This record gives sequence, C-alpha cells and structure tokens, in this order.
Amino acid sequence: MQELLLIAVGSAFVNNVVLSQFLGICPFLGVSKNVKTAAGMGGAVVFVITIASFVTGLIYKFILGNPNIMGGELEYLNTIVFILVIAALVQFVEMFLKKSMPPLYNALGVYLPLITTNCAVLGVALTNVQEGYDILTGVVNGFATAVGFLVSIVLMAGIREKTEHNDVPESFRGTPIVLVTAGLMAIAFFGFSGLI
Amino acid sequence: MNKCTERIFNGLVKENPTFVLMLGMCPTLAVTTSAINGIGMGLSTTAVLIMSNMLISILRKIIPDSVRMPAFIVVVASFVTIVDFLLEGFVPGLYDSLGLYIPLIVVNCIILGRAESYASKNPVLPSVFDGIGMGLGFTVGLTCIGIVRELIGAGQIFGKQVMPDSYEPLTIFILAPGAFFVLACLVALQNKIKHHLAKKGNEAPQAAGCGEGCASCAGRGICGGHLVSDTKKEEEGA
Repeated sequence: MQELLLIAVGSAFVNNVVLSQFLGICPFLGVSKNVKTAAGMGGAVVFVITIASFVTGLIYKFILGNPNIMGGELEYLNTIVFILVIAALVQFVEMFLKKSMPPLYNALGVYLPLITTNCAVLGVALTNVQEGYDILTGVVNGFATAVGFLVSIVLMAGIREKTEHNDVPESFRGTPIVLVTAGLMAIAFFGFSGLI
Repeated sequence: MNKCTERIFNGLVKENPTFVLMLGMCPTLAVTTSAINGIGMGLSTTAVLIMSNMLISILRKIIPDSVRMPAFIVVVASFVTIVDFLLEGFVPGLYDSLGLYIPLIVVNCIILGRAESYASKNPVLPSVFDGIGMGLGFTVGLTCIGIVRELIGAGQIFGKQVMPDSYEPLTIFILAPGAFFVLACLVALQNKIKHHLAKKGNEAPQAAGCGEGCASCAGRGICGGHLVSDTKKEEEGA
C-alpha cells in the first residue's frame, strides 16, 4: 500500500509528466487557453490513460510477456501492439461513451480523438513494462501520471487566463511566454522532489 | 536545382521541422540536455523517417485511403522497433540516455506528418530525399539546442570543456526548466524574424506548432485538433 502511494506521488508530482518528462507538450500548449477546456482535456486524459494502462498491462501479462507463448520473446512487439491498442481503444471508448453515457461524452468527446497521438499514453504503457509493474501498480501509476497532467494543464490555464492581457514584449507574445511560464512551473515543481 | 536537392534544402532550411514548423516538441525538449544526445536522437529519427517515407511511398497505391493512418502507424512502429534494437546493441550508452524517447519516436508528429503530407502522394525517390532533408533539419535543430544547453548548463560542447574554469555553470539549463526557457527564446526569435519579414511584405513560412492553430499543421489529419478549434469557434459564435 505504502509502495503504491509512493509511486502515485512520484509520478503525479515529482516526475510530473509534462514539466519534467516533456510528454504531452502539444495539448499542454494548445488546449490551455481557459480553465474549462483544460479541465476537459485533463479529464479525458485521466480517463484514457487509466483504461489504457489496464488494457496494455493485461496484454503484456497474458500475451506479450507470457513465457508460455513463444517463450515470452514477443516483447519486441511492445511498441507496435501498444500504439495500435491505444488508437483502437480511444475509438472504442469514444463510441461507447457516445452510445451509453451521453453527458460524459459531451464533456470529454471533442478531446478524445486528440489523445491518440498524446505521447503520454504510450509513454505510461511503456514505462509500466520497463519498470516491471504488475497490473494494479501499472494502473495506479497511469492514473497518477494522468492526474499530474490534469494538475499542470489546469494550473497553466489558470495562469494564462490571469496573464492574458499583460503587456508582453511583442516577440514573446503567444507560444514563447507560455513556454517561459511552463519553465517557471517546472522550477516550482522541483520543490516536490524532496517528498520521496 | 533538381527535385532531390530541392527536397533536402526544403527540409534543412525552408521548412526546418524544429525552427520553422515547430514539430516534434516532446523529443526536442526532452533529449537535448547535451549536443551528443541531440545528434543521436536526430539521426535515429532521420533513419526512421527515411525508411518509413520510402516504404509508405512504395505502398501508397496499395494502402486503402480509409485505413491509411493505422497502416502508417504500423510501418513507423516497425522501423522504430528496429532502430531501438540497433541502438541497444551498438551504442548502449546513447540508448540509456535516450531511454523511453526512442520508442516514442512512433508518436513524433514529424514522421506521421511527412507520411501523410508527402510520402503518400509522391514517388519513391523524392520521398526518400524528403525524409533525408527533414531528418537532417531535425538533427541540426536538436544539435543546436543541445549545444546551447550544454554550453550554458555545463560549460562543455560534445563533452569537451570550452568555458574557462572560472565559469560557473548554470545547471538549470540542463534540467527540465532550461529546456522551456531555451525553446521560448528560440520561438521569440522566430517571431521576431517573422515580424521583420511581414514588415518587408514577404510572406513568412507558417509555423505549425499546436499553439499556432491547426490551419497550417501538417499533422492535423492525425491529431484531429481541428475538432477543438471548430467547437471553440462555435462556442464563440453562440
């Protein structure tokens, strides 16, 4: 239990997925103009990464890393299988939500197709395998990583809402000032490294 | 200039993926802690890009339009796996320092972007040269950023001490925040040049970073980002 908690805190804050591992920079810069859309994107990422780390965990345990199938030597297929599974999973989740949970679909729907190419999803799946996490630990790690993404994108959106009308030097308007903000946030997140 | 050299020039200068198109930001920020890592990542990406452009161009008339994205992803993922094993076998040191970012070449938008916007529409030879040009452009970009960060953050270039001993390295530049700051300055510089060109009345090449909107993005067919901007427009309109 304590170990799980440490992994969760570690991947949510200490090794924050955006600010220290640079995964998922595109949505972080692109969809952080206001808090509402940022929270929607973050929610969708939490949803997809949690499911994806469960499914990829199952596939790895029972097929790719299973010693009874080809002597467990199918590991070299990890990257190919995971990316296809994630792409298919996102499509499937989208269809499922549309059919059976329309309110949730309306809240997350537009963000779901964006997530396939979010490298955080594939990154988490591969980290789980590399670190040798079992399925439960992998899901906890995925969930925590995604929560880290949610926290940082919502914080970023909050800052951008506040600074939108600030007088920024002309060349720094737009993306550059967002990157500077991200840099300062990354420094702030160093404060968490004493936690574990 | 014939078509092949034109493609290389295009990738290196006119549509440089790092400095002009702003594609592939994840590896750009993550692995440029030193110049040698930048070169390693750039060349690995180049290798994947050339091979995948070639194969996709060969298969472009066979792959049905409706399943082209999954097909491209499989092609790219196969080459990434090959490169992954080659690096692990022959340059284990580099492999360790690039780590997770090697398999993540699969989701690098440069590769799928070129597959979608160039290789799937053009013959084999120009596609190969397009891959070479774009890959080298990316390598040059990563190496430049790597050199800047290594110089300021450690006082070295390619692991050789170049700054005088009295120089106190600003370690923050080889840590995560430094990546954001260096890239911010880079984009600001690019904006400056763009404003300058616009004043002179020349049309500057459009940036395709996700922060700049999707209209010009080479990867929009894959990322579906237009959905978000379209909904935003609708919200604004309503």
